[in-house]
Amino acid sequence: MVVEVSTSPKINEKLVVRDLSIRFGDKVALRNVNLEVAENEIFGIIGPAGSGKTSFLRAISRMDPFTPNMRIEGEILFDGRDTSKLRNLYAYRRRIGVVFPLPVGLPLSVYQNVAFSPKLRGIRKKSQLDEIVERCLRRAALWDEVKDRLHALGSLLSGGQQQRLTIARALAQDPEILLLDEFSIAVDPVTTMRIEDVLKELREEMTIVLVTNLVQQARRLADRTAFFLTGEMVEVGKTSELFEGQVADKRTQEYIEGRFG
Amino acid sequence: MFEATNRNRWARRNQSLIGALLGFMTFVLILPVLIILGVLVVEGGPAISWEFLFSEPTQGMTAGGVFPALVGTIWLVVVALLASVPLGVAAAIYLSEYASDNWLTRFINLAIINLAGVPSIVHALFGVGAFVLFFNFGTSILAASLTLAVMTLPVVIVATRESLQAVPQAFREACWSMGATRWQTIRKVVLPNSISGILTGVILEVSRTAGETAPIMFTGAAFFLPFLPQGVLDQTMAMSLHLFVISTQVPGVPEHLPYGVALVLIGMVLSMNAISIAFRMYLRGKKKW
Amino acid sequence: MSDSVPAASQSNRGDDFDRRDAAWYVDRLVHLLVFLGGVSAILFILGIFVFITREGLGYLTASFSPSEFFGSIEWRPTSDTKPTYGILALLTGTAAVSGLAMVVAIPFSLGAAIFIGELSEGKTREILKVLVEMLAAIPSVVWGFIGLSIMNPFIIDAFDVPVGLNVLNAGLILGLMAAPIMTTIAEDALKAVPDHYREAAEAMGATRWQVIFRVVLPTAKNGLVAAVLLGVGRAFGETMAVLMASGHSVNMPTSPFDSVRALTATIAAELGETAHGSEHYRVLFTIGIFLFLITFCINLIADLIVRGIRKK
Repeated sequence: MVVEVSTSPKINEKLVVRDLSIRFGDKVALRNVNLEVAENEIFGIIGPAGSGKTSFLRAISRMDPFTPNMRIEGEILFDGRDTSKLRNLYAYRRRIGVVFPLPVGLPLSVYQNVAFSPKLRGIRKKSQLDEIVERCLRRAALWDEVKDRLHALGSLLSGGQQQRLTIARALAQDPEILLLDEFSIAVDPVTTMRIEDVLKELREEMTIVLVTNLVQQARRLADRTAFFLTGEMVEVGKTSELFEGQVADKRTQEYIEGRFG
Repeated sequence: MFEATNRNRWARRNQSLIGALLGFMTFVLILPVLIILGVLVVEGGPAISWEFLFSEPTQGMTAGGVFPALVGTIWLVVVALLASVPLGVAAAIYLSEYASDNWLTRFINLAIINLAGVPSIVHALFGVGAFVLFFNFGTSILAASLTLAVMTLPVVIVATRESLQAVPQAFREACWSMGATRWQTIRKVVLPNSISGILTGVILEVSRTAGETAPIMFTGAAFFLPFLPQGVLDQTMAMSLHLFVISTQVPGVPEHLPYGVALVLIGMVLSMNAISIAFRMYLRGKKKW
Repeated sequence: MSDSVPAASQSNRGDDFDRRDAAWYVDRLVHLLVFLGGVSAILFILGIFVFITREGLGYLTASFSPSEFFGSIEWRPTSDTKPTYGILALLTGTAAVSGLAMVVAIPFSLGAAIFIGELSEGKTREILKVLVEMLAAIPSVVWGFIGLSIMNPFIIDAFDVPVGLNVLNAGLILGLMAAPIMTTIAEDALKAVPDHYREAAEAMGATRWQVIFRVVLPTAKNGLVAAVLLGVGRAFGETMAVLMASGHSVNMPTSPFDSVRALTATIAAELGETAHGSEHYRVLFTIGIFLFLITFCINLIADLIVRGIRKK
């Protein structure tokens, strides 16, 4: 026992995925994926459109009950606990922040957007909420732009602001895992760089799974990177090694070099 | 070349002719609305006064006002709404937010279409068989209003479902991903952003309910009652039935009287309708996302 | 062992994903309540059938004879010697009035749908749609009153006939009453034709009319059929207006100027005068069952057609 603990990295594994397959009706979106995500790492997932990256994130956040015909096979372990056996998936999702490709500011005030999830957790005290809202907006590099209009509609901010609002909202969940799905697809390069800086800081506090359409973004941010292609995980490895050409499958190399995708 | 231009010219003339014809057809279809409103206002306008609205019919309904019928219609509409709005909104929430696409959902949708399509007199028979007799409410406001409620339920359901579905799915996804339950999502994001659309549907339902005649004839509306209802188990007069009665059943009614009643009735119905339409247009102009 | 670290980090969180909290139970409860609301629609439809059948059953199981009921034109419910309940004349009355209504309403509603949906835009379109909606909002009893007090004298004058309450009067009114629903559904069907069909046809050099008649209308065909069916259902089931404008006399019509009586109107006019539980009373409910089944079938077919479109 002692030997196992000291030799295996298991103790750090925030997320373990075993033989994961995802189906939508008859269509298979993802087949037999096996991987682990360590605590406090940024785990990148790259791959062309339709490779099953988004489905993978939906499975991790267990959005399958909300998705018609979506079925998950295999195991997803969160802190070593099988998520298919949880009795309260809502509480589980409260610990997982999700950022979507297209920014979604809820049609509530900026303040209420950020206070949404603390309220779900039962935090009611105004002073406590004020503190959370300000802290999260600051961390998402949005505070200075919106501090004077916290009561304006979050859904009417600009695209870049809405995406940072979404991140602030996810941070207000005090999440253990942050899932980002191609967050930069609809925002300008400046905002993208600002969010990337934020993510680098956040690594200290949480585990981040970053699905990205930009290979270079994975290179800049991810500790390890997985390459998904047409519903399969081709390989996973240290980002630095993958980008130095130490790949097991030549398709990975070709994708990284931009020959397809 | 010459032939082609000639044919083109022929085609173009023919086409503008068809366009004019279609426009004319549309015009013919909506002209009656204007004519009817015009005639009712001209013929019925002089009959309308405060006294007409707020006094009882007298001399065997050949004179006097419409007060008991006006109050009765309000009773019928309010009680019907109390039953149908909660039920209809619940059904719409189920269909839009909870139901998956299975045979039960298809059955519910088919049932809603049929509730809207069954003849009003069949609803009346149902009201007699179910509410008046089986549940033993007797001929009463309660029985009549419940009959109206069942009949107009599809109006509330369809309007509510449409305004719920106008809220983008991305908002729901965002809430769910933060760990909100379906109901928390509905209460905090979906309903606040569709409530005005639902209200539009409810106003439309008021307009439908106020004008119905057949469903209330045998379930709770009386030909003539010189006093106001005291509770839901009383019978009542109603504007729509009153118009039927004085224009077909009572001899010696002066001509302006039924015109006046018709004008008040259609005024109630169309003003509700107009409010609903105006409200809808106002909402369309107000962007929240 | 390996669980100890995560367990420790869990303990400082307020929520536990193995415990069902209040929100979980509230959501379940709401789900149940709104489910009951949804199912109520089915219960009401079943209820309509059950309660009408319950009142009409006494006749169906006793003296009901299909050949007399459907084949006889004798509607003499109050005869002292031998009451007869033949609905053929009533059915013919309904058919004549609805038939004329459709002759008027189908071309005009489809024409209006094309005009509103394909040819007009912006403000004009909005105004036309509002007017169609107003047309739909006029209560049936007001239509009846119009038949009685405006159309009646007009028909007497224009055609020099003794009575203006007849098939023509009721048919025109029913046509106007059925038109809005047909226009609205037909316009929806036209709107459902994807814009790239139009664009593709235009790119191939088709004129606006060729686009409408060769591309849009054929594509929307099923929706247009459904629109017509719903209009038929509406005219068929209309009660007060027919009662007031058709003349309400049992008659096999031979011309549009004959008075007729409709099935629906018969129930409306006679139910109040029958004794509860009498044969006449039960016959009226039997007619109700018949009306229910017919409109149910019309709606079912229309729905299947519309569903067919959506699948494609």
